[in-house]
Amino acid sequence: MPDSLLHVQNLRTYFFTYAGIVKAVDDISLDVGRGETLGVVGESGSGKTVTAQSVLRIVPSPGKIVGGTIEFEGKSLLKLREKEMRRIRGKEIAYVPQDPTTTLDPVYRVGEQLSEVIMRHHNISKRDALAKSTDLLRNVEIPDPEIRINQYPHELSGGTKQRVAIARALAGDPTLILADEPTTALDVTIQAQILDLLKELKNRLNVAMVLITHDMGIVADVCDRVTVLYAGQVCESGTVEQVFEKPKHPYTQALLTSVPNLALRKQKLLVIPGNVPNLIEPPSGCRFNPRCPHAQQICIDRVPELEQIGEGRLVHCHRWKELDLKSPVAS
Amino acid sequence: MTLTAETVLEVRELTKHFPVYEKGVILKRKLGDVHAVDQVSFDIKKNETFGLVGESGCGKTTIAKCMLYLEPPTSGEILFNEKNITEIFKKARKDQVLALRRQMQYIFQNPYSSLDPRMTVADIIMEPLEVHKHIPRNQWQDRMYELLRMVGLEDYHAERYPHEFSGGQRQRVCIARALAVDPQFIAADEPVASLDVSVRAQILNLLQELQQKLGITYLYISHDLSTVRHICHRVAVMYLGKIVEIAETDELFENPLHPYTVALLSAIPVPDPKKKTHRIILPGEVPSPVNPPPACRFHPRCPRRIDICSKVEPSLLEARPGHWLACHNPWPSKSTASYNV
Repeated sequence: MPDSLLHVQNLRTYFFTYAGIVKAVDDISLDVGRGETLGVVGESGSGKTVTAQSVLRIVPSPGKIVGGTIEFEGKSLLKLREKEMRRIRGKEIAYVPQDPTTTLDPVYRVGEQLSEVIMRHHNISKRDALAKSTDLLRNVEIPDPEIRINQYPHELSGGTKQRVAIARALAGDPTLILADEPTTALDVTIQAQILDLLKELKNRLNVAMVLITHDMGIVADVCDRVTVLYAGQVCESGTVEQVFEKPKHPYTQALLTSVPNLALRKQKLLVIPGNVPNLIEPPSGCRFNPRCPHAQQICIDRVPELEQIGEGRLVHCHRWKELDLKSPVAS
Repeated sequence: MTLTAETVLEVRELTKHFPVYEKGVILKRKLGDVHAVDQVSFDIKKNETFGLVGESGCGKTTIAKCMLYLEPPTSGEILFNEKNITEIFKKARKDQVLALRRQMQYIFQNPYSSLDPRMTVADIIMEPLEVHKHIPRNQWQDRMYELLRMVGLEDYHAERYPHEFSGGQRQRVCIARALAVDPQFIAADEPVASLDVSVRAQILNLLQELQQKLGITYLYISHDLSTVRHICHRVAVMYLGKIVEIAETDELFENPLHPYTVALLSAIPVPDPKKKTHRIILPGEVPSPVNPPPACRFHPRCPRRIDICSKVEPSLLEARPGHWLACHNPWPSKSTASYNV
């Protein structure tokens, strides 16, 4: 990547539980360029959220980052001291959590929560911080920000709460926003509003974004590039056009064809057999092999290399060269 | 699939209000009603999958619960095979009520909370057999294994507990439990919403297969229009307790007439980077069902609002053969090419 902002290489984050070691993130690499939106797609348990938490170094116990490097603007985040890391969190890298209902503090007014972030990172008075909070709310298109600023989170609807969470992420003028399923808890019409807001903010503020989601539709709509995760590993990554039109990993193809599509009518849905694997004892070799229609002996015996097959195009499959995977999008 | 015209279920002006009380220690003052469902009418034909779509809080689940008398309706009639079920549930003897329950079953949204964690799968599936006693006791076990296989589980799963299963498998257990009494009609309330994307297709295909094999009629409730398009024959779109549009699936998706349906369709992200869709963004949020807007409930957010919309409530009329619509100023049908489909 010529102008890389965030560079994650071979990240491993394990959870040391009583039942065993859960390898939630096991060799994940990704890149985000300046001003770029990267979609991170995967099902529950694929390691999307833990990757984002690892970047901010807020992995909850008993989780630990056990390997890999995370570079942000040339700094190695895993080597920083906690005090230095605090200056990055919220200021340079911000986080928009999945469910705004549980992440806004119910006992503080909206304005107080926003000015807390502003005052932490800028040396300004409380009054100025509150004025800036009002601007932030205006920025995320909340009507009547002067009234909202004095309200508590329970007085707001789900969509407005998510806007407040986005405003809070913007409070430190970050260069990178990690948005973890920012629309999953919302209705479709509200989701459309929030996605439009994110696209608009990205263009206006030129902020880079990692958008975590399980919805390929959102990726196609909002993102420039995409990394597909499965069971704690990268399946493939590339630009949105490359991955949607010419998927190289059978899992990506299956994701594209097993989801009911408005444009494709009532043919039988292609089924991915089986279930998402258990990460304490993941399948040997390629983790997708028990569910893969193209699996061969080598897929069970050996873990495939994460091969670079083009500029920013990675594939994690033994057989990508021989397989000619059809995408429903290309036709 | 060709549909026989025989109607299984008829819903006539169904209304369900939930009273809201002030929180008080001794005296409770009634503050108003949540107008969950207001004067809704539709019918479901034999062997059909009838979809009910809308956003959260629009009354989809309440309708399904009223149809099975899990919630008594405030007013209105529900006819199942031409019998008024409200009367049966209120007045009839217990055996008649049971006979009716046997024909109507429910699949709940969340398979994590609708299975008793202390019962094995065998117990869960055999419980309806025990309640209804429609087959002799010595055949229960065989029937249970037959049901397990029917929904794609293995015999050895019978002795396990729900926590040992993944979400998709649990939903299969729920389906087996609903099938245990050979129902004619199943209300499936967001059966795939809580499942992983890669597992959803399995459950949708299973529901379709069972319909073809056993001739079941479904009420399929969802907020996800793409699964609705996949599985349903006819669809009703709801907004704030009212049905705004009913049509055959293809007709609804290709020629939506109600501005809300159009906005809903345009809001779905399409997994194709080349299709830059024109989104119709609705301003604001769904209003409170305690004080729904007068006349057309959608008018405060509607892009095609005209004067009459805030004064006269539109009634559900047949705009085209089989396509019912409640709108004063429908979407012009020519411009529909501009969004998703």
